[in-house]
Amino acid sequence: MLPNPPVLSVKDLRVAFGSVEAVHGLSFDIHRGETLALVGESGSGKSATALSILRLIEREGGRITGGSIRLGGDRPAEITALPPAALRAIRGDRIAMVFQEPMTSLNPVMTIGAQIGETLALHRGLRGRAARAAARAALERVKIPEPEQRLDQYPHELSGGLRQRVMIAMALICEPDVLIADEPTTALDVTTQAEILALIAGLQRDLGMAVLFITHDLGVVSEIADRVVVLKDGNLVEEGRKADLFAAPKSDYARELLAATPRLGDGSPAPLVGAAPVLEVRDVVTTYGGGGLFSRKAPVAAVRGVSLTLGRGETLGLVGESGCGKSSLARTVMRLVDPASGQIDLLGTRIETLGPEALKPHRAQIQMVFQDPYAALNPRMAIRDLVTEPAYLHGMVAPAGRDALARELLERVGLPADAAERFPHQFSGGQRQRICIARALSVKPQIIVADEAVSALDVSNARRVTDLMARIQREEGVSFLFISHDIAVVERVSHRIAVMYKGEIVEQGETAQVLHAPRHAYTRRLLAAVPRAEGLALPEAAATEAATIPA
Amino acid sequence: MIPYLLRLVVKAAVTLFAIVTVTFVATRLSGNPIDTFLGEGLTEEGRQALISYFELDRSLWHQYLAYLRGVLSGEFGLSFVDRRPVTTVVAERLWPSGQLLLASVALTVAVSLPLGVLAAVYRRSWIGSAVMVVAFTGYAVPSFVLAIVMVLTFSYWLNWLPVVGNGTWAHFIMPTIAMSGVLVAALTRFTRNAMLDVLGQDFIRTARAKGLRETRVVLKHGLGNASITVISVIGLQIAGLAAAGSVVVESIFSWPGVGQMLVNAAILRDYPVLQFGVIAVAVAVVAINMLTDIAYALADPRIRLARA
Repeated sequence: MLPNPPVLSVKDLRVAFGSVEAVHGLSFDIHRGETLALVGESGSGKSATALSILRLIEREGGRITGGSIRLGGDRPAEITALPPAALRAIRGDRIAMVFQEPMTSLNPVMTIGAQIGETLALHRGLRGRAARAAARAALERVKIPEPEQRLDQYPHELSGGLRQRVMIAMALICEPDVLIADEPTTALDVTTQAEILALIAGLQRDLGMAVLFITHDLGVVSEIADRVVVLKDGNLVEEGRKADLFAAPKSDYARELLAATPRLGDGSPAPLVGAAPVLEVRDVVTTYGGGGLFSRKAPVAAVRGVSLTLGRGETLGLVGESGCGKSSLARTVMRLVDPASGQIDLLGTRIETLGPEALKPHRAQIQMVFQDPYAALNPRMAIRDLVTEPAYLHGMVAPAGRDALARELLERVGLPADAAERFPHQFSGGQRQRICIARALSVKPQIIVADEAVSALDVSNARRVTDLMARIQREEGVSFLFISHDIAVVERVSHRIAVMYKGEIVEQGETAQVLHAPRHAYTRRLLAAVPRAEGLALPEAAATEAATIPA
Repeated sequence: MIPYLLRLVVKAAVTLFAIVTVTFVATRLSGNPIDTFLGEGLTEEGRQALISYFELDRSLWHQYLAYLRGVLSGEFGLSFVDRRPVTTVVAERLWPSGQLLLASVALTVAVSLPLGVLAAVYRRSWIGSAVMVVAFTGYAVPSFVLAIVMVLTFSYWLNWLPVVGNGTWAHFIMPTIAMSGVLVAALTRFTRNAMLDVLGQDFIRTARAKGLRETRVVLKHGLGNASITVISVIGLQIAGLAAAGSVVVESIFSWPGVGQMLVNAAILRDYPVLQFGVIAVAVAVVAINMLTDIAYALADPRIRLARA
């Protein structure tokens, strides 16, 4: 499609971890000014490929076992055969990388200026005043406010979005031929993600570099890519122009992936009529801090006067960006945190002031599923004990009955009964989340609070888990408080939506109504930031300009 | 940083007050000191006279306040043995102990940090294993065993090194090694673990992606972060060494320090010296902990820049 030779050409790349091959002969080219998206779920080999291009994979326990990685341009190089010194000369200068986790990808004990200066000294020989001026210019390029002061700040003083901008500034400081971006927006809020994607696209136009964009999110692909390579289990399953992929995917896997990807405007469950309330929250305020002997800080309100109602068999989607107070609200409803004021009415009982003993029977009515299925299961307990523990603690099952109960619960969440014998590490993330749901179901709760329960899962696993929740709701009438930052997932599962911003519910209503006719400026901004594949956007939301809201 | 320092000073002051108070309580719980130390050959009148002279017949509160007044004005009494103020007796012992402590700490840091870093970087090769074998062996050897073996080897058989006193630099070699032994083992292992932890972090990958040399990645980015945790452990270990290690090692090598003085005072029942010696060691431990906290804050901007 482009007459110029590729700036980076990967041919028959093979990567292995120990004796296990993770990438089985992958080939692709990237040209100057082009964005190639490498798409796949976890374990598809996309990150191994990204790390192989700079041969960082050798430090992560992997090894390139075959194929070639050729850097083009006026100083061509075969990366797989480079000696260490020549390899270091390319890293950070001609090929640069941005990583997934902005919170941990910067050195916490070095100033921003020192970290950018390191690259400048290494590849450009710049030091002192000249380096500082160049670093400042780099921060300006990524539109960081007050760049002069930022140079002397440490990473912990910046937000996640700003840190990712610093990472990008650092990667682009030597104006590389190729930028490898490994899930650079996955850890960010949707509004911040939109800003970072626009920033990368703009810088690419200015600098003319090639971008290899690694992501699992087809929404992001639709925003940024020119061409797409789809990976599955270390094999290329489809390659083509973005528009072709979205319009007419050739492979079954790409079709599956597209079908599993939640897209705004796909529709939502019809609102329930006359559902009896199972949970009523009125004017709840939750505060943290303050009150300590040496604390001079005033308590900080994470939840400010929130009221909501959840009906029997209903799913209420709670949307908002990180730090908006949605998890604090969930913990307050669970009485894991005590509210500072307000009422929580659970099935006709006011639980906000109950003591531990009085509260215990009510706890069985409301159970929680957490975000990280890896951290939520005790690695030393067998699945049988894990899933039946709440029921056992509530005296609903005798020790002898735990095995039968575990088998029944596992069957209900679509896992084989013999899973009861095994331990958490033997299961994938999606399967673990099913185990967490089985555990919540063990006490026959009326309400399940799912706090970002599918955010850590691949799209197809997330789809299976939300389908499972919908089935449980249909069959058993369980109500869900479904908390997520991903508005498209929320749309798919929720009868009603509540939008949370800075500790308050700014908008609440039937899903379709909130998404198609948002009343609050923040809801509109949230909707405008959601990446969307062509032709799948909500017409109303797309037409709405991204309104600015006072911070 | 200023509020942080203020908090440290307040913490140290509270700790010192507690130590001084506990020392008072402990001495009063151990019975009437007149009976304990001057029991034989004392007439009842003489005993009563002494008790009223030392105000031991007054209320505990009164005694406590008098004791606090003494502490604040630096009055800790006279040594039973040589009739000099205990503050003078202890003061002339501080510097030799401090010298030995500093030498041991310097040796420990100079040996353990490089060994720990090596063990982390070469964890999969024989180098890492060899370092850890040495470190674990060091753990198993108590300082007095190490000291005796060294004295036998280098003084008794080879006649290379002096055993007693602190006159020349050669006198420092064996006591310093004996003091450092266990500490080197502990700190090597700790440095290795801290380095392994840091070297697995995302920002190390970022540093490599910049094109930095591996030595700079390991030393600047790796050790720069690992040092934060290592510093906290060094502080604790030094404090322990100041309190306990010096007693053993100074006795073996007749090092004229606080540790040896404490042992002698215990044998001679020199009660005022013992009491003030314990307070002096406690103050040293508190001071070392405070310096550790300051070093910790200097190494970690997240603490240095935190608003109190």
